[in-house]
Parts: sequence; structure tokens; C-alpha cells
Amino acid sequence: MPSAVLNVADFTDEIHPEPVYQALLDKGVLAYQRCDVSNDVFFPPRWLCPVCGSDTYTWERSAGEGTVYSATTLSPRNKEPYVVGLIDVDEGFRLMSNVVGLPVEDVTIGMRVSVQFKDVEDRGAIPQFVKVDA
Amino acid sequence: MSARERELRGSTAVVGVAESMLGEVGPGISSLDLIGQATVAALDDAGLKKSDIDGLFTHSAFFNLPTVTTAEYLGIRPRYTDSTAIGGSSFVADLRHATAAINAGMCDVALITYGSTQRSSSGGLMTSGQVLTKSYESPFKPINPGSGYALAAARHMHEFGTTREQLAEVAVAARKWAQLNPVAFMHDDLTIDDVLNSRMVSTPLTVRDCCLVTDGGGAVIVTSAERAKSLKKAPTYILGAGEAHWNMHISQMPDLTETCATESSKNAYEVSGMKPSDIDVVEVYDAFTINTLLFLEDLGFVKKGESGAFVEGGRIAPGGELAVNTNGGGLSYCHPGMYGIFTIIEAVRQIRGEAGARQVDDVHVGMAHGNGGSLSTQCTAIFGDESTL
Repeated sequence: MPSAVLNVADFTDEIHPEPVYQALLDKGVLAYQRCDVSNDVFFPPRWLCPVCGSDTYTWERSAGEGTVYSATTLSPRNKEPYVVGLIDVDEGFRLMSNVVGLPVEDVTIGMRVSVQFKDVEDRGAIPQFVKVDA
Repeated sequence: MSARERELRGSTAVVGVAESMLGEVGPGISSLDLIGQATVAALDDAGLKKSDIDGLFTHSAFFNLPTVTTAEYLGIRPRYTDSTAIGGSSFVADLRHATAAINAGMCDVALITYGSTQRSSSGGLMTSGQVLTKSYESPFKPINPGSGYALAAARHMHEFGTTREQLAEVAVAARKWAQLNPVAFMHDDLTIDDVLNSRMVSTPLTVRDCCLVTDGGGAVIVTSAERAKSLKKAPTYILGAGEAHWNMHISQMPDLTETCATESSKNAYEVSGMKPSDIDVVEVYDAFTINTLLFLEDLGFVKKGESGAFVEGGRIAPGGELAVNTNGGGLSYCHPGMYGIFTIIEAVRQIRGEAGARQVDDVHVGMAHGNGGSLSTQCTAIFGDESTL
């Protein structure tokens, strides 16, 4: 298995946690930080490891696959219903996202999903998840 | 828990409680006016004068520098202030902070207060403070705070087989209590089917699984046990309290089926020397029906995963096995943005025997439990009458 370690400079000139994360998303990479001292994975991006407090870390590339931990459907008036979910990504972090590409009632807890990217005005790319066919 | 905190058991007491006007107060009355109303009434309840107040504890989404704005409005110059801003649980945390300050000699008479015209001002939900940090949740368009609680409810259903009907039981029980409370906002009959068939907000929660949006304010006066003895009403002693927060964002909550009410209540039980079976009335912050289920578990009244079955058949409704949210709660009585102070007011009234038609028999020990954020902050306080000292 190839190393998940990212050489950030290959993708962007950004160096601080938030803009590096966004720049990588904009290049189609879902990234997370791994502490160089405690080896813990952490997300969302920040300056220090929330486990041990070290400020030395390495960016890694997620394979983009995970499991729906929980999900809720919202049905705003006169708009399409959509699913807000919490995704447990296989590398060991959880994020909020949308589960898209299938009827909302078919999204279930425990479902395997994989990432895709959607451009949002004034923000850039955001990660969304689609069902992985078994 | 530190041994020193154990020494604070019963060292302070709630001596005055009051609500302001509740429900929909209409234009022309501000959140500060509601604080003023509640403060006048709580001082009268205690038999104290405004000039006795030398400690001020408050939080607001309506104005900045909450204690400063409130002190100016009330015309007081407190020598100790605390603007703890941990959402709706802040006021329960204030009980513990006031106990520390009074014991340290930093103030003698603490006013904890809150007011909000959330319904009359906006009709919508307001949040505290400007958010200038980047959100890793907002791009996905959750409804805040409803979707966070909905995610917790969905996970609880998945792990433990909890049903929407069991969630609805919480709302129905709250309504039955509210029907006994003349100042509750909602008095109409409510059935499980009514809850299930109401407008869906964020699955699995319908609008009747969600708290009200009302106006309202409250005031709670705390002083030393020694001073309390000479005041108007029998003291309601603060036997122990605890506070905890583990996460701000729902996506950072380690386990959506366990809140840090486990930690806040552990401290409150250890300091007070009480256990769940000692508690006669339980007043929890029911922003959503799932809250009551989670807190019954995390406060130790039932085992993890068993709250859904426990609340069936009206077991937390009037006449049931456990008296929970005897004022009707945030679901049916009052929810002006932050509800925590009302859990204190009701627990004290039940212990005093002042709760009228909804009074529970033989109450000596009561619990107030506050929640804030997206199941983020949890604060527990245990009160008792003189027999518990």
C-alpha cells in the first residue's frame, strides 16, 4: 500500500492548517493531519495535536472511504430533501458531510460511502459522499 | 472531585426564585425588562433588597458584555461577576461558580439571571455571538441546533432500537405536566400520533420533538447557608454540582449516545453524597425529546440504552414512577433560547412545596440539569431541604 503521506508543497504554496486543507480539497484530495509525536490522527485542521499538544504533524491523504455513523434528512419547503451525515473515514477521523446520489430514504447508518468533491461559491471544494456499491 | 469541594456541600442555598412574564410578551418589552421583572420578584421571594446583591451571573444572546449590560440596567455595582457562556447550561454552572465565590468571600448575595424576547423579537432561533471562525459543518447545511440532536436520536435508535414513539412519549409527558402549570405556553392535549404526524424538521425529529420558541426570563438568588437561615423562605441548599464539556460540534462528539452528563452528574453525586434513587424530582433541559432520554441514562436513572422503554406508558408523566420536567419543560412550558435557569426555579419550587397542581408529594431532593450547544455542555446541580443536611 502506498504511503498516505502528502508532500503539501507539490500541491500548494499554503502552509497554515486551514488553507492547506482547503487547497488540497480544491485539488481533489481529502487530507487530514497525523501527529509526529503521538501518531494520533486529527480533524478538523488545527495548529496542535489535540491529544498530546505537539505542534509537529504530517498531512496525509485519505483514500476517501468511510462508513455512515449517523444521518438525518432535511426537507426544506419547496426544495429537494437532502441528507446531513456524520462519516467515519477509514483513516480514523469523523466529519460532517452530505450523502448524495441516492434517494434520501435509502441512506442508512452503517452504509459504506466514498468521497467526491463539489465546488461551493465563496468557499471552494467541499467533500461529499456517495454510496459504495457492494 | 477534590476533597475540598466536598466540604462545600450545603454551604450555600437558593433563597429566591422567580420567572418574568413568559410566552409572547409582545413589542415594547426588552430582554433586560424581563431580567428586571424576574429580579424584583426573586428579591421579594427572598426578602432581600437590590442593594444586597453583590455578585452577578448572567449570559445573553441579546447584548454584549452580559453582566456589564445587566448591572447597568439593574443599577448595581457588583464586586464579583461571571459571564460564563456555555449555552443554555450556563445558569446551572453559575450555581457552582457562585458557591465558590461565596465561600471565598468574594461575594455574599449572588443573582443569577436571564431574559430573552426570542419569540417577540424574531420568531426564530438566535445563537450566541458572531461566528468568525471557519465552520467545518455549515457547508453541509444542518439546521442548528436541531440536526445535531437529530443525528444523536438517529444513532440512539440504531444502537438500542429506540423508537419514534418512545421519543414522542417524552413530548406527551411534558405536555401533561404543562397542563398542570398555568403559565405553561402549551395546554392543548397532545398524543403520540400528534407528535409523529407533525411537520418533520430533521429526521427523526418533528416539530413536536423540538422545544418551543418563547419569550421569558428568570432570576435565582444564592447566598451562604448561614445568611439563608434568617431570610423569608426555607433555604433550598445546594448539595453538589458538576459541569463538563467534551466537544462543541456534534461531529466532534466521541459517541452520540453518551453525553458528558455522565461526568457532570458524577461530580454532583459525589459532592452531595446522593445517588439517583435519592432524587425526588428531575428537571432536565429538554431542548429535544432525545435530550430527556439521553439524560435519564447519563444521569444514572436508567441503564444506557434503556430510556426508550422506560418512558413508555407515562412513566415520567404526572403520577408516573419518576417525576421529570414537572413544569412542562422546554417542550411545552417555556423555551426562550436558553432554558437552563428554569430547571433551577422548578426544582426549588418543588422542594419548597410551592408547585400548585403539579406539586409532587414529599419532595426533599431535586436535580436541575442544564445542556448547552449541540449536546456540548452539561451541568448538574442537586438541591435539598434542611432534612438533607
